[in-house]
Amino acid sequence: MDVVMLSRIQFAMTSMFHYIYPPLSIGLGLFLVITEGMYLKTKNSLYLQMTKFWVKIFALTFALGVATGLVQLFGFGTNWANYSRFVGDVFGSALGAEGIFAFFLEAGFLGVMLFGWKKVSPKMHYFSTICVAVGAHFSAVWIVVANSWMQTPQGFKIVGTGEKARAVVTDFWAMIFNPSSVDRLTHVLLGCWLAGIFLVVSISAFYMLKKKHHAFTQISMKIALCLACVVLVLQLFSADSSAKGVAKHQPAKLAAMEGIYKTQDYSPMTLIGWVDEKTRSVKGIKIPGLLSFFVSRNFKTPVTGLDEIPQDEYPPVNIVFQSYHIMIYMWGLMVIGAFLGLFFLWKKTLQNKKLFLWFLMFSVGFPQIANMVGWMTAEIGRQPWIVWKLLRTTHGVSPNIVPGQVIGSLIMLATIYLALLVLFLFLLDSKIKHGPTEKEEMVPAYRGNV
Amino acid sequence: MTLELIWYFVVILAMVCYAMLDGFDLGVGLLHLFAKEDKERRIFLNAIGPVWDGNEVWLVIVSGALFAGFPNVFATFCSTFYIPVMVLLMGLIFRAVSIEFRSKHHSTRWRKCWDVVFALGSFVISFGVGVVLGNLIYGIPLDANNNFTGTFSDFIHPYALLVGVTTVALFAMHGAIFLVMKTEGKLHDKVRSWIPRCIGFFLVMYVAITVGAVMYRPYMIDSMHSYPILYLVPLVALAAIISVPFLMRKKWDGWAFISSCLSIAGLLVLAVVGTFPYMIRSTVQTQTNSLTIYNSASSELTLKVLLIIVAIGVPLVLAYGFYVYRTFRGKVELDATSY
Repeated sequence: MDVVMLSRIQFAMTSMFHYIYPPLSIGLGLFLVITEGMYLKTKNSLYLQMTKFWVKIFALTFALGVATGLVQLFGFGTNWANYSRFVGDVFGSALGAEGIFAFFLEAGFLGVMLFGWKKVSPKMHYFSTICVAVGAHFSAVWIVVANSWMQTPQGFKIVGTGEKARAVVTDFWAMIFNPSSVDRLTHVLLGCWLAGIFLVVSISAFYMLKKKHHAFTQISMKIALCLACVVLVLQLFSADSSAKGVAKHQPAKLAAMEGIYKTQDYSPMTLIGWVDEKTRSVKGIKIPGLLSFFVSRNFKTPVTGLDEIPQDEYPPVNIVFQSYHIMIYMWGLMVIGAFLGLFFLWKKTLQNKKLFLWFLMFSVGFPQIANMVGWMTAEIGRQPWIVWKLLRTTHGVSPNIVPGQVIGSLIMLATIYLALLVLFLFLLDSKIKHGPTEKEEMVPAYRGNV
Repeated sequence: MTLELIWYFVVILAMVCYAMLDGFDLGVGLLHLFAKEDKERRIFLNAIGPVWDGNEVWLVIVSGALFAGFPNVFATFCSTFYIPVMVLLMGLIFRAVSIEFRSKHHSTRWRKCWDVVFALGSFVISFGVGVVLGNLIYGIPLDANNNFTGTFSDFIHPYALLVGVTTVALFAMHGAIFLVMKTEGKLHDKVRSWIPRCIGFFLVMYVAITVGAVMYRPYMIDSMHSYPILYLVPLVALAAIISVPFLMRKKWDGWAFISSCLSIAGLLVLAVVGTFPYMIRSTVQTQTNSLTIYNSASSELTLKVLLIIVAIGVPLVLAYGFYVYRTFRGKVELDATSY
């Protein structure tokens, strides 16, 4: 394998592994802001118990998110030096803002949130929790903006030619608010919330099955399922808006997502299928006109197919197609879990539905898988470009590295990451088995009186 | 053309902050295994517990500032030091998780295992950062497109290794002084008894790298010949270094820590004075193939935006940095939420 392929595999692997954690931090961050806020408002110690329990899991996901995030940052330079030179001027300001505004906020106040219970006032502690959550969200903002610029570049000019060509910012705000930024950021953040929410759902379901921590579980489950229902509906609108954006700005990607080879009236959407890239056809259950409807709100208007795209600009079709469809299936599973769960909870029969609780317990995986395949759709669908229509992936790689180096680092990182995942799951498991701290052990929760 | 220069100073300032702040928590890691009991080790970890990840963010800032303001330097740096960067990342990952994981499970073997990982990670990072810095000062072979033309073995030469060991010595001293400030009772006396050895080790290394610099890279003092005022830099650094043992003997620990910070800053500025305006010096065709502040900077607009971000952000960063350090000032006390 050549350096380009190896580097792509390495970047994909480190990204996917990294992306297990930040969504959990972002989602749990939101959850903590709610529970600690409820505690300060109602003084019901159950909310404090929840906050203290989820804070520990937050700390775990945060540490892993930071550690694996560093690999991402350096990964741009180590394996994609030419790409870094090309986008540095554009990426720079977004990345700078990320470091200054997001990471310091998050890391600075994390210490207070974790260890400051008795050192600061309750209000100040809550303020720290909010800062950590806001910081986590900010960090998503800047990196998604930078990635969106790679999908739909705007507000720049090209300086120099050949090896020395660089993208240079001409309009900062046009670069930040490039056509896909807002859509993609919304989509990503909602996905992150779902990751956090379904972790709570899953652990609560586990306690329900074990008939443990009854009061704690009831209230966690209620908050989480309500949030899940709202977010899942919002995600539908966000998805619709994103897809329209892709149709307009990256038609090749949309064509790959649905395997549309021919531009024709009543473009179909495939419910389940398989793309044969050799014969350029899709086998499966199709609904004619549905894709046309989603893109242009009428069943007839054709959607651009791959026949209008030069062949050397085709993304790998089947993998993009499958990733995109799996994402939708995951959404469907989450909808079943959230709405049915809320219905049973309202009927007060949830704790008796053994099978359904098992389903909820595994639901933690649905948003995670959706996030992974969602990014695969976005990034593989962008191929063969690393920056849409400006720089090919093959031209972005570091010129001076050799396959041996990348194989070495790939093996090293894969081993470490696998070990980390095992350790993370082991610790998460022991945290869950240990359960929330009982009330008596928590007094005094804060410095002074609340 | 002044914008590049200003941004260069921002990068240097971020480097100084990184070295001063992460320096002490890396130092604590270097000394970690010398504390034998579990409780002592927990005190060490909790001394840096609330602040170490904030300190490490400065490393992200340094690399981010390079990527943003000097993308060429970032690209050449990372792809050149491919293996060292990977090893450093490994150190950073293991160190971060060892702090977090150690306390999460009650088992002596589990804890001892993470203790070793923490110490080893701290060593790899300190030594690695030093070796890379040594290579940057020493210079590396680059081609006309600023791509590295050498191999890994080019990085292993006496001067770079010397800088690596010096960094370890410097951080160990810095961390020991920090621990003296954060501990009490028996452990405090124990840590204090390590101080003379730490300082001694560092002073020996300091003399060695000074000789090394003059021997291997005599041009490092050229700029001081041209601008005699720059002689102040080594003098201030030297004064700071020499004052450390005196202040420690007087038990003015806080002042000794500040002096130790100044020593770190002084040494870094000295390296900058010696290499300016080169950011990555090429050992072949130095004039044309090197990356300087001027031939690798981003566009004027990007630099302006960056400076605005820094102008808004840095006061905030300082404000909550100050707040966090103030919240956790004083001696370490262990409680239920501690590591």
